[in-house]
Amino acid sequence: MPVQRVKFYQTGSFVVGNRLLPAEQRTVQSDLHRTNALTSGHRACQGCGEALGARYVVDAAMRAADGKVIAVNATGCLEVFSTPYPETSWQVPWMHSLFGNAPAVATGVAAALRAKGRTDVRVIGQGGDGSTVDIGFGVLSGMFERNDDVLYVCYDNEAYMNTGIQRSGATPPAARTMTTQAVGAEPGNAFGQGKNLPALAMAHEIGYVATATVADLRDLEHKVHRAMGLRGARYLHVLVPCPLGWGIPSGHTVRLARLATRCGLFPVFEAEHGEVTGVTPIRRRVGVEEYLRPQKRYAHVFSPEPRQDMIDALQARADRNIRRFGLLDGRPDEDGGDAPRRNDACCQNNTSCQNNTSCQNEAPCRSEEQS
Amino acid sequence: MERPFAITLDVGTSLANRTGSWRTQRPVYTTLIPPCNAACPAGENCQAWLYAAEEGDYRTAWERIMQDNPLPAVMGRVCYHPCESACNRGHLDEAVGINSVERFLGDLAIDKGWTVPAPATSTGRKVLVVGAGPSGLTAAHHLRRMGHEVQIREAGPLAGGMMRFGIPSYRLPRDILQAEIERICDLGVDLRLNCPVTDLRGTMRTEGFDAAFVAVGAHVAKHTQIPAGESARILDAVTLLRSMEGQDKPMLGRRVVVYGGGNTALDAARTAKRLGATEAVVVYRRTRDRMPAHDIEVEEALQEGVLMRWLSTIRQADEGKVLMERMELDETGFPQPTGEVEELEADTLVLALGQDADLRLLQDVPGVTIENGVVQVGDDLMTAEPGIFAGGDMVPSDRTVTVAVGHGRKAAKNIDAWLRGTTYQAPPKSEPATFDRLNTWYYSDAPRTVRPVLDAARRHSTFEEVVGGLDESTALFEARRCLSCGNCFECDNCYGVCPDNAVINLGPGQGYRIDLDYCKGCGICVAECPCGAISLEPENH
Repeated sequence: MPVQRVKFYQTGSFVVGNRLLPAEQRTVQSDLHRTNALTSGHRACQGCGEALGARYVVDAAMRAADGKVIAVNATGCLEVFSTPYPETSWQVPWMHSLFGNAPAVATGVAAALRAKGRTDVRVIGQGGDGSTVDIGFGVLSGMFERNDDVLYVCYDNEAYMNTGIQRSGATPPAARTMTTQAVGAEPGNAFGQGKNLPALAMAHEIGYVATATVADLRDLEHKVHRAMGLRGARYLHVLVPCPLGWGIPSGHTVRLARLATRCGLFPVFEAEHGEVTGVTPIRRRVGVEEYLRPQKRYAHVFSPEPRQDMIDALQARADRNIRRFGLLDGRPDEDGGDAPRRNDACCQNNTSCQNNTSCQNEAPCRSEEQS
Repeated sequence: MERPFAITLDVGTSLANRTGSWRTQRPVYTTLIPPCNAACPAGENCQAWLYAAEEGDYRTAWERIMQDNPLPAVMGRVCYHPCESACNRGHLDEAVGINSVERFLGDLAIDKGWTVPAPATSTGRKVLVVGAGPSGLTAAHHLRRMGHEVQIREAGPLAGGMMRFGIPSYRLPRDILQAEIERICDLGVDLRLNCPVTDLRGTMRTEGFDAAFVAVGAHVAKHTQIPAGESARILDAVTLLRSMEGQDKPMLGRRVVVYGGGNTALDAARTAKRLGATEAVVVYRRTRDRMPAHDIEVEEALQEGVLMRWLSTIRQADEGKVLMERMELDETGFPQPTGEVEELEADTLVLALGQDADLRLLQDVPGVTIENGVVQVGDDLMTAEPGIFAGGDMVPSDRTVTVAVGHGRKAAKNIDAWLRGTTYQAPPKSEPATFDRLNTWYYSDAPRTVRPVLDAARRHSTFEEVVGGLDESTALFEARRCLSCGNCFECDNCYGVCPDNAVINLGPGQGYRIDLDYCKGCGICVAECPCGAISLEPENH
């Protein structure tokens, strides 16, 4: 007799928690006893994506490492809003030195732990896109090539927000910042500049490189868990929208992160030793306009005269990502696919699926979907 | 404490910094009325019982239905489910099959013999219910559970009213109906059959009833003057459907013409098919879109091979044939004769032109007003005579089982209040949970579980049920498709997405609380709440 698997179409599909799931399959964030690595009272702006992303990542790391995590922080919003002396929002051992040296300090902490024989204590380094992509890139590259036992996390809000929204190497083309004003024939940040840091990290052929956003918690937690299960240099790049710098309402942080992935401008994938091993397919694809239009940093693209050439160029970037990472593979282009995804939704959608977060096989779940 | 060089302050937590003071707006948990509940004529809280069913807690789900509707297995079969027409999920993929889940729960309850508790204490008040149709049975059920003594007097030989004598058994099997009626009687409701009430006030006075609920229905067929030859065979649909309950099935012949456009007309035509008619034709004066019958019924009738003749009236009936005139709609949408006539072979003509109520029992009650053949009642369903309430088909309303059950429930609440010397105040209605308040990203898409429909060929020859039920796995699947519009389902999204850790999770079943010491009022929880159960309100500092 065919057994129909029971699916959680209502509550379990994409939300943070799920009262219908057994406790071990729920997210870290839904846990009543989560670490709250970054607790209340911090001075981040309303709706800060970075504060949200940092708590997601460090809480997940704490669970994966059994509560034994030391965090090293670069200068930036995250450091400034969390630790105005003598207050701190961190509920983990936490250290800050300079803008450009966080990866090197993290390397040092890892070396000290090794010298003391404390293999149980794990080290994460973290910073914004400014410290990671620009100022600290040299030492980060060194940390990668030495394969030091550190998970480095970049919270990417696409500009130097703390000092007043200056362009960074991660600022996307056409975006307005204080240093790339919306003036002239080519307003906003120039096309053809900047760095793709996940790709650079992959070029070091380190054990694990992944991207994630604050809009997909299960995916993000899965990747932190995965990274913490490995040793050596690992890199996680998390997109964290900034209401102030992007010019969006404070309540739309998660929504914009979601649109960034739905349009293809921010590909969500993971890679091992320089090769892409998994992608999160786009669910309900949208054009880039839907992502750009709500953001004031792109206002000049739409008014006074719409700059179709710029929209087309950004759409081409999205299309290239989609092609390059196969973000639409195996599912219809538009809104058709809600089949469980490679590693997370499949486990929540099927009570009988025992594979949990390490499940890599989507085929059985998909065929069940049809039944 | 000795401090290091150049250090003047001890390290402390940022919890000292009450960032809630930044706030200009605050999130507030709300409960909105979901469209299914708003649309239900029986006043069911569909979202609430689906919530229990999602967890597989069918007993709780069923008990939740029973608070409003004591006939879930019946309703799961005969209701035209306005809840599903209103369902927000219809904007997403397809409406939740609320009706089929209700039927599953109703059948499960009968199967397992579930009962609701009889009242612990009696109020000592006696209520007379006249008529054992859906309205009367529902009122009796609720009044009994409120602790009143209830006696139902039914003129007919069996309880059920139009559920038994109007709805064909292929839509409502009689064992299901009987089981739900018996469960109501088991509560201690005194049901008396073959016991018509002719003098309502007299009966109440002599037998000491404190209040009465009259729900005698409308089962007197309306007639129209159709010139007919002596040997023309004409009968009305009500008689036809009622006679299906007896031993001798009516003889209709091979070609049956049904005149009328309501659900009863279609029931009559479908019944004729099942009685062996090779041809059943429904003749209706207007067009399909103006038909009072429900779309599902029309669809199922067409699938079974019932033929439709729109824009036609019957001019004359003779032996073996009827004379039909073609009509056309004038600019006001009213059908006008064209003079073009056509002959149609017909062994029997069935008239399904609507029903009237037999209101003789109220004729001696002063003040009771009857307009257009129905009794006028107030919002509380009380007639002009204090203590006498009326509901169901005999008051102005849509004539469906669901509406009747709603009347029974409403009457019970008002009668109870009246007996206590108060008036029933309905709780204030909250705002509707409209589709635009939902964040549907968080729900995955799924096709609706289609009820297995017996193939048309089988339907022709038997009176077996036409629409099958869900089994447990599919019912659970269907229940879990509910979006829980406007009602928190504890998905933890708000608890997860707050950058300030300012949502306090109170634990399973307890919901959440906003920690206003730290909530900066960013509104992410509001935007990311899947079901729209959080509102943003301006802060008044």
